[in-house]
Amino acid sequence: MAETHSLQDLQQPPVSSKVFVQRDYSSGTICKFQTKFPSELDSRIDKQQFEETIQTLNNLYAEAEKLGGKSYLEGCLACLTAYTIFLCMETHYEKVLKKIARFIKDQNEKIYAPRGLLLTDPIERGLRVVEITIFEDRSIGSGR
Amino acid sequence: MAKQTGVFYLTLVLILVTCGLFFVFDCQFLALQLTPIIPVIGGVLFLFVLGTLLRTSFSDPGVLPRATPDEAADLERQIDVANGSTGYRPPPRTKEVVINGQTVKLKYCFTCKIFRPPRASHCSLCDNCVERFDHHCPWVGNCVGRRNYRFFYMFILSLSFLTIFIFAFVITHIILRSHQSGFLTALKDSPASVLEVVVCFFSVWSIVGLSGFHTYLISSNQTTNEDIKGSWSSKRGKDNYNPYSYGNIFTNCCAALCGPIPPSLIDRRGFIQPDAPQLTPPTNGITMYGSTQSQQSHMCDQDQCIQSTKFVLQAAATPLLQQQSSEPVIMTACPENGAPLPGRASLSLGGPCTSLPLGQPTPPTSTPSLSCHEADMLPIHGHSHTHTHSHNHIHPLQEQVAHHHYLTPEEVPSPPGMLHCGSPMGHSHAVQASFYNPASQDSLHEDSVRGLVKLSSV
Repeated sequence: MAETHSLQDLQQPPVSSKVFVQRDYSSGTICKFQTKFPSELDSRIDKQQFEETIQTLNNLYAEAEKLGGKSYLEGCLACLTAYTIFLCMETHYEKVLKKIARFIKDQNEKIYAPRGLLLTDPIERGLRVVEITIFEDRSIGSGR
Repeated sequence: MAKQTGVFYLTLVLILVTCGLFFVFDCQFLALQLTPIIPVIGGVLFLFVLGTLLRTSFSDPGVLPRATPDEAADLERQIDVANGSTGYRPPPRTKEVVINGQTVKLKYCFTCKIFRPPRASHCSLCDNCVERFDHHCPWVGNCVGRRNYRFFYMFILSLSFLTIFIFAFVITHIILRSHQSGFLTALKDSPASVLEVVVCFFSVWSIVGLSGFHTYLISSNQTTNEDIKGSWSSKRGKDNYNPYSYGNIFTNCCAALCGPIPPSLIDRRGFIQPDAPQLTPPTNGITMYGSTQSQQSHMCDQDQCIQSTKFVLQAAATPLLQQQSSEPVIMTACPENGAPLPGRASLSLGGPCTSLPLGQPTPPTSTPSLSCHEADMLPIHGHSHTHTHSHNHIHPLQEQVAHHHYLTPEEVPSPPGMLHCGSPMGHSHAVQASFYNPASQDSLHEDSVRGLVKLSSV
């Protein structure tokens, strides 16, 4: 990860702060994050980009939790096999979580790391927040 | 832990013994006289019941991991900004959100340092916030929440069938035998049948009733918590409706029983080793004393927690009983609150001192006779004899959900598990100060504790 490179390269670890994007419960209990742009990121990344990332994340989570023929089928099949089927295959939710992990890694590499930011996968924070770590940007010299 | 899973072992024993007796004593006769399919069906039902029971007990109900220190600090900052930093006693923290046209209040959990998602609740026995919290079932020894509700439902459903099945066939057995050799002789020949009939007779009413109740809950997409509180009942207001219901019974049932099961959040956290020093949280199930991060330094062996809790309770209880005062204040007091609570200082417990087993509400007097509810009374009383009547005081103060019992009051976080077990809990300030240090470094803790004091004195 870009983060570890920068940590190793620099003499001192960069001062960083963290911004937390909280959950948006206006649609119920489904996993959805607020798309409101945090002010701390104002100088680092543009609003559009950030909102796009969060929106894609929200869509992915919605896909994971979607109720439909496929998920019902999986549920029924699992019940019939006394849930032993999950020894062999992943649940749909887990598959989507992997997809999300790849997406975040991708976003970090392409967009966030070059700007001195790091997205943490929400699953590592119990799906409570999207944690964005802001690293001190030495080139600009802005202290934080 | 042993105390809390006591009833679970009772459940296991009851099921195993009753079924065992059935297979040994009754099945031979029935298989010969009627059909050998009877033991087969009985066996299948028995295995299904056992499977779902174990699955319910040992799976993560949907525990929400506690917030990392950074998150908690960030939230605190936001709240302070919103409230204008009133200083010593911040108001109770709630957020309102509109879901599907209904205004829902999100409460802040002082133990987990998060705003609870809608439908989540903090279980004081498990000392965790649980998503879509239904209730804590002592018979199963676990909370029933989002991830294991369907297993619980299948358990009680299959258990109803099994109970009715055994009841019916034992009666049949006795009747058939009586035709052959007279009633009393029949009873003498098969004494186990009497025991089975008795057990099944009493179980049938409660289990079948419970199954019916949960069928209703599933079809209306409510949790036991919400139903008992009457959150979505039309009695509260004309426009009050359940925002989570999908509208029709079929969808509600499918969603509850066949919908996707999210992976366990606490398992996942076992893989992380990022900034804060953490222990790998326990994966799954009954180890409910939580899988947390910031509290790791306070985490301890569960038995130790219980022992030290008992010690603390005994220590705290005597003066409490004598004083008859506003116990809530005591319960939540922490050493540094010595100022507002001078008389209580010697009783305060230190550490994550929000943690007294307050979570166990007064057993309701007017509940439906559901087995889980009834059974609740046993562990409640078992836990804190000294506290039962103090609960009576607390409840009206804290929530009007006095009929709430296991459906833990959200305002009161952590139970025994949270207590710092390492040091002898206790009486002296010095002791408290010594292990309060980890927490005192966290200024948030102070604030949240003060908040608690305020909350409970409301």
